[in-house]
Amino acid sequence: MHSALGQWVIYALPPLVVAAFALMAWAERRKAPAGPGFIARNGWPVALFLVVAVGLWAIFMIVMPLMAMIDLSLRPKLPPTQWGGPKDFYTLENYRYFLFGSTTSTDAWNATHLKAFFLTIWVSILITILDFAICYPLAYYMAQVAKPARLRLFMLLLIAPYWVNEILRAFAFRILFASQGVINKALLALGLVDAPVDFIAADVALYSGLAYAYLLMMMFALYNAIETLDRNLVEAARDLGAPWWHIHAFIVVPHAKPGIGSGATLVFMLTAGAIAAPLILGGPKTLWFTPIVYDRFYQAFNWQQGAAYALILLVACIVFVLGVLKVFRLGLGEIAR
Amino acid sequence: MTSRAVFRALMGFYLLVFFAYLFGPLVIMGITAFNTSAYPQIMPFEGFTLDWFGVLWNDKDMIYGLKNSLWIGLLVVLVSVPVGFAGAIVMTQVYDRARAFYYLVVVSPVLTPGVIIGISTVVFWRQTTQATGLKFIYDGTVLTVLAQSSFISAYTMLIFLARLARFDRTLDEAALDLGATRAQVFRHVLIPFMAPAIGSAAVIAFLSSFENYNTTTFAILADKTLTTVLAGRVRQGTTPALSALAVAVVAVTVAGAILYELLKRREAARAEARAEAAHRAEVEELNAGPVAA
Repeated sequence: MHSALGQWVIYALPPLVVAAFALMAWAERRKAPAGPGFIARNGWPVALFLVVAVGLWAIFMIVMPLMAMIDLSLRPKLPPTQWGGPKDFYTLENYRYFLFGSTTSTDAWNATHLKAFFLTIWVSILITILDFAICYPLAYYMAQVAKPARLRLFMLLLIAPYWVNEILRAFAFRILFASQGVINKALLALGLVDAPVDFIAADVALYSGLAYAYLLMMMFALYNAIETLDRNLVEAARDLGAPWWHIHAFIVVPHAKPGIGSGATLVFMLTAGAIAAPLILGGPKTLWFTPIVYDRFYQAFNWQQGAAYALILLVACIVFVLGVLKVFRLGLGEIAR
Repeated sequence: MTSRAVFRALMGFYLLVFFAYLFGPLVIMGITAFNTSAYPQIMPFEGFTLDWFGVLWNDKDMIYGLKNSLWIGLLVVLVSVPVGFAGAIVMTQVYDRARAFYYLVVVSPVLTPGVIIGISTVVFWRQTTQATGLKFIYDGTVLTVLAQSSFISAYTMLIFLARLARFDRTLDEAALDLGATRAQVFRHVLIPFMAPAIGSAAVIAFLSSFENYNTTTFAILADKTLTTVLAGRVRQGTTPALSALAVAVVAVTVAGAILYELLKRREAARAEARAEAAHRAEVEELNAGPVAA
């Protein structure tokens, strides 16, 4: 299929979808509490502002860039003079490359990239679970046990590091785990090791930095969910003789499901898409997936392939989100709050 | 020891470890900023110095990046606050499937990795500007503002939605009954009601933009912001000047966060005082009632 068609789809489809959306909204306006229509309700100037602002945002900043990326990922790498020319046909070459590598290579699979991809996904899942385990006790404590004064103090303490730049947070871990860093000095002084441990090559620094980076997303999601749980329920369960783990497994966790889902989604997405921490803390042998994507763009200057790789990462994230929704039996509206 | 005491001890230990994990790295980094040692370390502490802050001030790239970051942050606030506001209002005026579809579209940037938002923005505008000749858009600063606003508008929209959920529609109707035009209602009823949320949204938008790296690193093209300069420096090697920068940034952001928190509390206290005054007036009226009659 020739790619000129793709341009038509990118530029003509959004107006069609908007028209369909407007029709849908119009048809369903009867669900509204009885009242005037959109324009009468807001007045002309405001209605115009709403439509223009939301329209530009949804179309030019959200939908069309994504479609352009999908389109580009399906094209071969060509010099700019041949774009739109006879050689510019849709192809799956960029995706084939992700799986099998260069056509001149003799390897069965593109092991470097595949390994980096699955490592990224796997480690992101582990870090999501780890963050849940770290945050749950404090979130529960803040939401159900802590007195108001202490709760305010904890909130301030939690928010402060949240505003420290991601790169500086990674830099802090680099200082901490360096061969001359505090941890190595302490281990040497205690006589636990004879020579400094290379935490960076062992990826300890990377994983603890990543777990740290998005911890608070999980914390606030859990706190907000547990906070709405009626304390009397926990009391009642305790009076009826439920052991502590019953209270958590059968009362608190089921109630906090939307929060867990929302926290897990955010932490996973941010970890899998993290680029600062892997660049700064990654060992020489570890390849995280996002730096590979970056190199496709600004080292290899193969934007087509870079777009395909970005799309693969996006699909992985969507699959994860859908998986979480399915496992926790939630709707999207309950997650993004 | 009773099981309750064991639990308390365990909880205390856990809290200690948790906050050590949260603050330990930052505190250590902070200390290295004041050590004369050329390598960022706290042991041995060779001597106290403020020189590293001077090194920072003379770093032209960083100052340039800082200016660019502030500029981009301001533009992002100007785009994402009105857009998020409009997004939230439209959300309250669509229903059913149209609403679900709309929600999916406008919330998706929150659930998309930042690198992908940066990449798709650059790809789209490269194609579009080549086709149409709108060359000025294909510029690091403009693209970064567009890419960042794409998801920051979604953040601000969520803030506005939370506030709108408490809006009393009867205020609207009262104003209209009293002869106000639609535009006047918007200007004199809705905007004042939303004012605290507009402030919060602007602060959140600016800080999110200022500290963003994932999206910016793609969208900025050959230009620089503070975070991209910083990332380059950190990759080249570690120097206490970076710790000094961290201390400066942390001081500014924490001061900003505390100020924001205080403003929010003052607002809450004022609202409470108002509610109490109203309540007291009501009680007095009730008490006074029988006497007057």
